[in-house]
Amino acid sequence: MSSTAEIGTLENEAIYILRETVAQFSRPVLLFSGGKDSITLVRLAQKAFYPSKIPFPLLHIDTGHNFPETIKFRDRLVEELGLQLIVRDVQSTIDAGTVEEEVGLYASRNMLQTKTLLDAIEEFKFDACIGGARRDEEKARSKERIFSVRDISGKWDEKSQRPELFDMLNGKIEAGQNVRVFPISNWTESDVWSFIGKEHIEVPSLYFAHKRLVFIRDQMILPVNDGVVFREEYERVEERVVRFRTIGDMTCTAAILSEAIDVDSVLEELRNVSTSERASRIDDKRRLHGLEERKRSGYF
Amino acid sequence: MDTLKISTGGSVDAGKSTLIGRLLWDTDSITDDRVAAIKKASGENQLDLSLATDGLLIERERGITIDVAHVFFGSAFRNYIIADTPGHFEYTRNMITGASTSQVSILVIGADVGTEAQTERHFFINNLLRIKDVVVVVNKMDLFDFSEEVFENMKRSFKSMLDRGEFEEQRITFIPVSALCGDNVVHRSDSMSWYKGPTLLSYLDELSVDTFGLSKARFPIQCVVQDPEADFIGYAGKLLGADLSVGCEIEVLPSLKRSRVKGIQVYEKHYGRAVKGSSILLTLEDDLKLERGDMIVKAGESPLVMTTLVGVLTWMSSTSLKTGVVYDLQHGIRRVKARVDDIINKLNPDFSQKSADDDALNMNEIGRVRISLDGQIFADPFEELTVNGSFILIDPNSNDTVAVGLINGL
Ligand SMILES: Nc1nc2c(ncn2[C@@H]2O[C@H](COP(=O)(O)OP(=O)(O)O)[C@@H](O)[C@H]2O)c(=O)[nH]1
Repeated sequence: MSSTAEIGTLENEAIYILRETVAQFSRPVLLFSGGKDSITLVRLAQKAFYPSKIPFPLLHIDTGHNFPETIKFRDRLVEELGLQLIVRDVQSTIDAGTVEEEVGLYASRNMLQTKTLLDAIEEFKFDACIGGARRDEEKARSKERIFSVRDISGKWDEKSQRPELFDMLNGKIEAGQNVRVFPISNWTESDVWSFIGKEHIEVPSLYFAHKRLVFIRDQMILPVNDGVVFREEYERVEERVVRFRTIGDMTCTAAILSEAIDVDSVLEELRNVSTSERASRIDDKRRLHGLEERKRSGYF
Repeated sequence: MDTLKISTGGSVDAGKSTLIGRLLWDTDSITDDRVAAIKKASGENQLDLSLATDGLLIERERGITIDVAHVFFGSAFRNYIIADTPGHFEYTRNMITGASTSQVSILVIGADVGTEAQTERHFFINNLLRIKDVVVVVNKMDLFDFSEEVFENMKRSFKSMLDRGEFEEQRITFIPVSALCGDNVVHRSDSMSWYKGPTLLSYLDELSVDTFGLSKARFPIQCVVQDPEADFIGYAGKLLGADLSVGCEIEVLPSLKRSRVKGIQVYEKHYGRAVKGSSILLTLEDDLKLERGDMIVKAGESPLVMTTLVGVLTWMSSTSLKTGVVYDLQHGIRRVKARVDDIINKLNPDFSQKSADDDALNMNEIGRVRISLDGQIFADPFEELTVNGSFILIDPNSNDTVAVGLINGL
C-alpha cells in the first residue's frame, strides 16, 4: 500500500506552516523574488491548498535591475498557475523622493527595496508576508522565528521574538503589525535543490552553467551589464562559464565558475563547495553584519 | 536525507560552544568565508572553534549568546540542526523552547567541575519534556590524561540525579571527549582505548528516533479545502500520534459523529496510508460539516474532552502569572479562553517539589496549576501522547506567548 512515508519532514513542516498562515491571517502574501527559494514556496503552497488555487497573491518588489530571465520566468509561472501577481517598483519609490539612489562602485538598489516593501504592505494591508529565508544562510537569520513579528515600521527586534514551542504557532498581532513567515526556515540549500529535483520544478536558466560576459572585482565574478552594474574602465570584461547560486538584484549578485548544467550536477557541486551561498551576495560584504543591520531596519 | 534536531545544554564554560564548533569543523560544515572570519577573530591564538556559533552584533557587545540559535551541519548519513541555547540568560525559557522541537539532547559537562546546578536544570527539563534520548558528553578529558576513572566518577555523580527523575524510560548515553583536541567528537580518540562506545557523531548517526508513549492517531483540522465545481470537500492538517489508512472508521470531535476515511492525498497523489507527521488532505465518506479546530480520531480512541485541566506550566514572560486573569490558551491549533485558578505547587528544577508560597509564577518558574477553559480542547495527557498534550498561553494584551504547559493525567 502506498504511504506518505516518502514525504520528507521538512516538506510536511512547511505545508503545516503555510496552512496555519492562511488560517490565522486575513491578508497573507507571498514575497516572490523569482529565485529558487520563492519558486519552492510556490510549489509548497500549491501542495498545501490543492485542489484549491493558492489562496494568496504574490508580491514582487522589482528593483528594475533584475535579470531579464527572472522576469520572463516570473511572468510565465504566474500565467501557467493562474496566480495573482502584484509588482511594486523601487523606481517609483525613488521617483517619489522618499529614498535616494546610491551611486559609485557598489551602487545597488537592494537596500532601497525595504521602503518599497513597507509601502506595499501598508497599501494592501498585508498582515503576513511569506518569505523564503532559511536559517542556514546567514548567522543573523539563524535566530529568526517561523512567525516573526514586525512592528509598524517593519522593524525586527530579536528580544521581543516570541518563543516557539513544539509546533504551535502564535500569529496574534495588533492592527498595523505584520508577521514575516518562513516556512522553509529549516531547509538548507541542498534541501531546496533536492526538492526542486524531486518535484521536477523548473527554475530560471541562470542557476545552471552558461557562458556569460563577466568582470572580476574583490575576487567576485560580476555580470557585465552597463548602465546597471557599475564598472571601472580598468575592470576587464571576459567570457566565462558560470552559474548563479542566488539571483537577487543584478548589482549585488555574483556568479560562480561552474559546470553544473542540471539539478543533479548542482547537488553534486554543493557537496564539494566550501563557500557559503551568501558569499556571492555583494551587499553583505559591504560591511560586517550587513544583513543584520538591514533586518533591523525592516529589510526582508 | 532526514534531518535530526538536537538541543544542547550545560553550564557556562563546560565547553558547549567549542563542542559545537568541533562538530562543524570536523564534518567540514564551516564554509571558507566563515573559516576566514573565525581565523581573523582568533588572531594569533589557536583557532577558537567556539566562534563558529556566535554571531549577532548584540552578542558581540555583551559577549553572550542570548537566544536559541540554529546551527546546521551534516554527516554522510544525516542533516543536523542544533538548537543552541545559552547557559546565561532566561535559561529555562530558552532551554524548553529548544528542547520542545528537538528529538535528542546533548548535555555537556566539564570533567574539571562535573555536574552543576545548570546541568541539573537542563536535565530536569529533558525529563519534564520526556526527551527519550539524552547524551551526556564528559568534556575536557585532556585535562585529566584521558583517565577512565575520572569518566566513571562523572557518570556516577550524574546517575545519582537520574534516580530523582520522574520519567524513567529515558536512554542516557555517556561519551568521554575533548572538544578542544577533537577526541571522540567526530574522530575516535587515540588516547582513550579503554572507551569502547561510539563517538558523538556516530552515536547521532546511528540513533533511531522514536517517541515515547501510546500511539493513537490525532488529526486536528487546519483548513477545510473546497472545490465547489467538483463537489469536493477535504480536510487539511498534519497527522499526529499514529498512522491512518483509507477505509478506517473514524470519530470526530466535538460532535462524536462517525464516518470512514475515503481518501488520503497530498497534492495530485493519492495514498493508501498516511504516516504520523505527514501533512495531508483527508476526505471522508460522509459530509460531516467539519471546521478548523475539530479533530478526527480513530473510532473508539477518543482523547479527553477537557474544559478544566491540571498541567505543569513554565512561565516565560517578565510579567508574572496572576491567578484569575484571562489568557488565550492554544492547544495545537485550537484556541480557547483560559483562566489559571490555582497554583498548586512550584517545581524546583532540581527534582525537589516545593510548594507554592504565593499566587504568582515568575519568569523561568515552573508550577503545577489548575486551569479552567471557556471552551473544549481535545487533548491527551502529555505523558501518554506528547504530541497532543501541550499548550501555550498567550497574553491577550501583548499577544505574546507567555507560558508553555504540559497536560497532566487526571
Ligand atoms: N582543556 C580543554 N578546554 C576546553 C575544552 N573545551 C572547551 N574548553 C575551554 O573551556 C572554555 C569554555 O569553552 P566554551 O566552549 O566557550 O564553553 P561554553 O560556555 O560551554 O560554551 C574555553 O576556554 C575553552 O577553550 C576541552 O575539551 N579541553
